[in-house]
Amino acid sequence: MMRKLQLELPLNQTQKVRFERSMERLQLLSSTTNNSVIVADSINEDAFLLKGHGTSEVDGELLATVCGVVVHVDKLVYVRTLRAKYKPEVYDVVVGRVIEVSQSFWRVELNSTQDGVLKLSSTNMSDAVQKRKRSVDELNMRDIIVEDDVVCAEVGCIHRDGRLELKALSHKYGKLDNGELLKVDPYLVKKSMNHFHYLESLGIDLILGRNGFIWVGEHAQVKDPNQNTGNEKSYTPLETRQSILRIGNAIRVLSNLGFTMTLEVIMETVKLSNTDNIDVHDMLGSEFHVLVAENEAERRR
Amino acid sequence: MEYVNPEGLRLDGRRFNEMRQIVAEVGVVSKADGSAVFEMGNTKVIAAVYGPREIQNKSLQKKNDHALVLCEYSMAQFSTGDRRRQKFDRRSTELSLVIRQTMEACILTELLPHSQIDIFLQVLQADGGTRSACINAATLALADAGIPMRDLAVSCSAGYLNSTPLLDLNYVEDSAGGTDVTVGILPKLDKVTLLQMDAKLPMETFETVFALASEGCKAIAERIREVLQENTKQLEYRRAA
Repeated sequence: MMRKLQLELPLNQTQKVRFERSMERLQLLSSTTNNSVIVADSINEDAFLLKGHGTSEVDGELLATVCGVVVHVDKLVYVRTLRAKYKPEVYDVVVGRVIEVSQSFWRVELNSTQDGVLKLSSTNMSDAVQKRKRSVDELNMRDIIVEDDVVCAEVGCIHRDGRLELKALSHKYGKLDNGELLKVDPYLVKKSMNHFHYLESLGIDLILGRNGFIWVGEHAQVKDPNQNTGNEKSYTPLETRQSILRIGNAIRVLSNLGFTMTLEVIMETVKLSNTDNIDVHDMLGSEFHVLVAENEAERRR
Repeated sequence: MEYVNPEGLRLDGRRFNEMRQIVAEVGVVSKADGSAVFEMGNTKVIAAVYGPREIQNKSLQKKNDHALVLCEYSMAQFSTGDRRRQKFDRRSTELSLVIRQTMEACILTELLPHSQIDIFLQVLQADGGTRSACINAATLALADAGIPMRDLAVSCSAGYLNSTPLLDLNYVEDSAGGTDVTVGILPKLDKVTLLQMDAKLPMETFETVFALASEGCKAIAERIREVLQENTKQLEYRRAA
């Protein structure tokens, strides 16, 4: 994730001009920049307001404790942070990487203040019926999920000290195979009705984790629990792999430019790269970044 | 040696109450959660903040319901005129501790229990005032990482040479043998978080030098605020959909 675009990518003179112009248009279209605050800025308040996250009251004055945008919702005023760690909420869909296999639970890295804990009892194994986990299951945990695997889960409960418990009870959660994990800033992934997207024409699953981890992979068939799933490694066709990389690079470009990730924006970026016949590895070059910026300025109008 | 000539100009042409040129930038280390580069004249410092994240070494955790703040100050071996022999010496350890205490007082650690915040400071070019530049860079990096803070911690140094208080000493003026007073303040709350001095000063002179350093801190605070406001606005209008 790079934010100083001008430093990392060499833009020639015309590209600079085009880029600046697109940024100016985006700035004009945006309406919330007047509410942005930084640390220790004072926030206008009425006496009736509830003071939420990112604020603190000092000597009767309300100060911001983080850099962000002030949001008023009914009687609540809070500061929405931009670049901060993921703040978990119950029922959020998250994607994470397993960093440790412990006794009866897995520790999952989530780009949050603390790591997530996925208990064995909160997972669905190959059986259709949720059976009581015996000690044998604990010893066989490594057969299901090992370190460095990518898993998809739901935030189960958040303890008072910040400890996070994950649940992977339905079939759509669990270990993710044959794909790519991308890390973006959490503020770019908004909460929506559906975080699981199945792109039928490409045969690809796209999971937008609320913690900023995005999974792009070959579509996982929902395994019939009665069938015996053999352990053969399946072969992902070349076209699917290229599509996975194209979508992955589109997400990288959008993250570099700081645009919100939604399915529409990602697919539009992929379409843009296809129509302009841009090679997958050229997508990370300066020209494509400028094109995407211009396209976004057009789209938001 | 004459550090302030009869017209009131210093060795680099500044007046007694003029600071060196400040260049500040946010978001320079892409892998870090927050990062910043801060330059005061020729002194150049880079700060990278990782956190809040899971505590790596549980034995270091002293207060259970507060975040653990770790700070590491190091000077690159090419940062001074002669290539430095050791990267970590006693001075680096002392400065790590001092900066850690300053930043810890400013971060709202009770909002982030069971977590760890790592601040890494690397001096790329040393020309006097490195600890002030480090504190300013750390403040920018922490704000960039979205870590809640009471206020922006800013720092500046001032000295006393040729019977004149001088703001923002460079290396030559610092090694002249006069006093060097480093002040760190929280500008909005108007509190002092760091006060260090070497050598001796009479009380009235100290008060003048301290006041001068505080003025310098306020000017730096303005600059830092500009950089953060610009950065926040830019992130917001890019994101807004």
